[in-house]
Amino acid sequence: MNALGAAAAAAQVALVIAGAPWLAGVMRQVRARLEGRAGAGLAQPWRDLRKLMRKQPTTPVGAGPAFRTAPLLLVATTAVVAALIPLASTATPVSGSADLIVVVALLALGTVALALAGLDTGTAFGGMGASREMTIAALVEPTILMSVFALSIPAGSTNLTTIVSGAAGNPARLASPASLLAAFALAVVTLAETGRLPVDNPSTHLELTMIHEAMILEYSGPDLALVELGAQMRLTVLLGLLASLFAPWGIATTTHLAALLVALVLFATKVTLLAAALAAAEVFWAKVRLFKVPELLAGSFLLALLAVSASFFLTGK
Amino acid sequence: MSVLGPALAASSMLAGVAVAAGVCVPRRARPAAVGVCTAAVGAAALVAGVSALTGGRWSATLPALLPLAGVHLAVDALSGLFMAVAGAVVAVVALYGIGYAGHGLDRRGVQAVLPLFAWTLVMVPVAASVSTFLLLWELMAASSLLLVVAEYRLRASVREAGVWYAVMTHLGLVALLIALVLFATDAGGETFAALRSGAHLLSPAVRGTVFGLALAAFASKAGMVPLHAWLPRAHPEAPSHVSALMSAAMVNLGVYGIVRVGFDLLGGGARWWWLLTLTVGALSAVYGILQAAVATDLKRLLAYSTSENLGLVLIGLGAAGLFASYGAQALAALALAAALLHVVNHAAFKALLFLAAGSVLRATGLRDLDALGGLRARMPATTALFALGALGAVALPPGNGFISEWLLLQSLIHGVALPSVTMSVTLPLAVAAVALAAGLAAATFVKALGVGFLARPRSTEAASARESPPSMLAAMGLCALAILTLALVPGALAAPLARAEKAAGLPTGPELATPDLQLHLNQLSGSLSPLWLAASLTATVLAAAAAVRLVARGRRRRQAALWDCGAGAPTARMQYTATSFAEPLQRVFDDVLAPEQDVDVTPVRESAYLVERVRFQRKVPDRIEHRLYTPVLTMLASVGHAARRLAGGSVHRYLGYGFAGLITLLVALAVTR
Repeated sequence: MNALGAAAAAAQVALVIAGAPWLAGVMRQVRARLEGRAGAGLAQPWRDLRKLMRKQPTTPVGAGPAFRTAPLLLVATTAVVAALIPLASTATPVSGSADLIVVVALLALGTVALALAGLDTGTAFGGMGASREMTIAALVEPTILMSVFALSIPAGSTNLTTIVSGAAGNPARLASPASLLAAFALAVVTLAETGRLPVDNPSTHLELTMIHEAMILEYSGPDLALVELGAQMRLTVLLGLLASLFAPWGIATTTHLAALLVALVLFATKVTLLAAALAAAEVFWAKVRLFKVPELLAGSFLLALLAVSASFFLTGK
Repeated sequence: MSVLGPALAASSMLAGVAVAAGVCVPRRARPAAVGVCTAAVGAAALVAGVSALTGGRWSATLPALLPLAGVHLAVDALSGLFMAVAGAVVAVVALYGIGYAGHGLDRRGVQAVLPLFAWTLVMVPVAASVSTFLLLWELMAASSLLLVVAEYRLRASVREAGVWYAVMTHLGLVALLIALVLFATDAGGETFAALRSGAHLLSPAVRGTVFGLALAAFASKAGMVPLHAWLPRAHPEAPSHVSALMSAAMVNLGVYGIVRVGFDLLGGGARWWWLLTLTVGALSAVYGILQAAVATDLKRLLAYSTSENLGLVLIGLGAAGLFASYGAQALAALALAAALLHVVNHAAFKALLFLAAGSVLRATGLRDLDALGGLRARMPATTALFALGALGAVALPPGNGFISEWLLLQSLIHGVALPSVTMSVTLPLAVAAVALAAGLAAATFVKALGVGFLARPRSTEAASARESPPSMLAAMGLCALAILTLALVPGALAAPLARAEKAAGLPTGPELATPDLQLHLNQLSGSLSPLWLAASLTATVLAAAAAVRLVARGRRRRQAALWDCGAGAPTARMQYTATSFAEPLQRVFDDVLAPEQDVDVTPVRESAYLVERVRFQRKVPDRIEHRLYTPVLTMLASVGHAARRLAGGSVHRYLGYGFAGLITLLVALAVTR
């Protein structure tokens, strides 16, 4: 029983690692088709990673351990998060520690590591990217925790397993205004955290507008592959988190092999659909100015605050 | 049989020896002699504190020591906690001070006062009567003031900081004096035992006044907005090891005072007390970290971060009081445990951060982040230690600060279940404040570490920095050990915290259970396993590194030039500085911070279009200070100027004053009697 639970956690991590580049491929393909281009194919991100991995690792002169370890930490934090979140199964050995605050903090740790690496290179771009990234991260934090707060009120706990299995058992809870507001707030935050439009443009290489890209300009070879993989994994995990929180159907609550397999397939489908929807939406969006981003985040913070009050007043406690 | 009494006696005696050593030992051996003795003072206090935390109690009355009231001393688990924290900080800082005592810090005065200050830090929680407490409190303030102005010959700003500190701390003392005297008068005794048993005799108005005044005094000591003005001045200007003592041990005593007076002596109280505490804490947390985020002076940044962290502690205290007033004892105990644990965690990482800043200051003579950088290669140990401290301060796992913030958030989130509209409005805002503070703290410490220590040196001083001597590194290493222990096995503190809470008058069982190295909330759902989290993170990092090595087929890492955008090679001046790093944040919070900027363009004489020089200046002054203190100071100054006219030098006029005064007094007496 426990072995299958452990296998479920391992399968989640494996699926996230292996699936993240595909997901990026899907998003690029959707975008290309909607823009009237043919696109590079679903496996192009994978091919890019493979190519980068085989290159010789380089370090810019003067950069130190922060620069070298940041890509590893980025991937590692996301992998641990992928194991913690009940993406496919709530019956894993780590489900007791699957705390939503811990998940948020682990993702923030990856951000911090990359920002330090950006500063470590000592270039103007690295610093610029780090500064912008930390500004956004600082403003995202309250929104995330407020959404967490809103979601944990009906469940009475910040434990993800409790929240997800509670919602799966009681779908009416999901249709409540509190849950919808929280979902919207979390969705905005996901865009900001993963550097998607309208906050940051993942395909930009125009220096003055970029955030994430500016931090990682000095990376090349396997390090760059890890950073890219890390960013793709973060997107996958956050979309998976949204899917688990707001559409928890099909997640295995027992340790049956069949249930687990179905759950894995369902998880992949849900995340792919979400990603495709996001990519389609991005076609119609423009990137907002950096100093308009706080307004967007303040808006989503307000939604999260409303979610908390709604969940308090509407549940009648 | 109990080690408490002997340990305290030993601590006091060693303090005496250390003061004597500071006066008598020749200059060369003085720092070592004083340092060792002071470290022993701290170690003895640590032993006493730990013994109190494991269940020991001790009390003594020395009637002959002070006229009229005598000296009353008592140790319970609550004082034990603060004594142990202060003792540990004192021990580490004293060791550090041996190596740090350059720049005239080995003078007789400084070396003799340092142990005295250290001793008062560990003795304030032991005081068990109003007179003893006030005496030790004032001794602590006075000795720390002498240490703050220790470097007055080097910088003019030290004097200013000294004046601010002296005035603020004594205003605090006056407030505290009034509060405790009022309390003692109505309760019919001045020992803490008498106050505790007589607290119910106070009318609600008097209780409120006592708590309000005590809160003002203690919150000012803890650096709470708007009474924080002394903190960002005194902490940076004091010698670094004194800053560490003040920031990691002295400000905690403000928290101790609130817990002792609010919970223990007054036995809790009206809801507005705790709402006020919570509001003050939340405001300080956000305002403090916002100022830290835009600060460019490393020690000023750390000072404001102290304001933030103590603000978080006060949020915990306020929440605990509120929960207790609703009868939710389990939640109250959890919030108090979070607050106390954060005091411990903050002491550990802030001591390390200040000591590391001192190490930088000693090596480069700089506190300005804009001029630092590139210390990683020259001072690797200091950089690594600062990074560890910063990890604690940013409240991210696996740092130690995360654990107490997690507990605090858990208590706030679970508190919403209480059936009250006040709580459902207050707690979400408190959570938002904690979250915003945590987010800004991440930006702040990324800036401090990334700009100050990583990248390339921005000045010749930073480029020629040398690593500190082993004694300083060893002291910082001890702090690092404490941080690691607190971060990985915080469950070890579950039982001591429960005892401290019981001593504070919240009678519940242990709130935190620790099955297989987890931290588990007993009566609420929620658990955290910091050790496993750290282990799994390490394992994943190693696995990722191994996988890369395997796929990259073991190719050697190559050094490459920085990308130069096709122009010349990037110079150190092109790097982001602390100011530029904080610019977006400062712009986002423009309305709160109200920065002042000044562009000064000097055109070439012949032409209005050619510019000879452009000077740009930007300052982010502390706005509260600006708005609140400056008008009062200006008013006082103008009253002083106006009063000068009263003393014109004419003896006749002075006699007239005397006559008029006498007549007024007689008339007043005739009317009132």
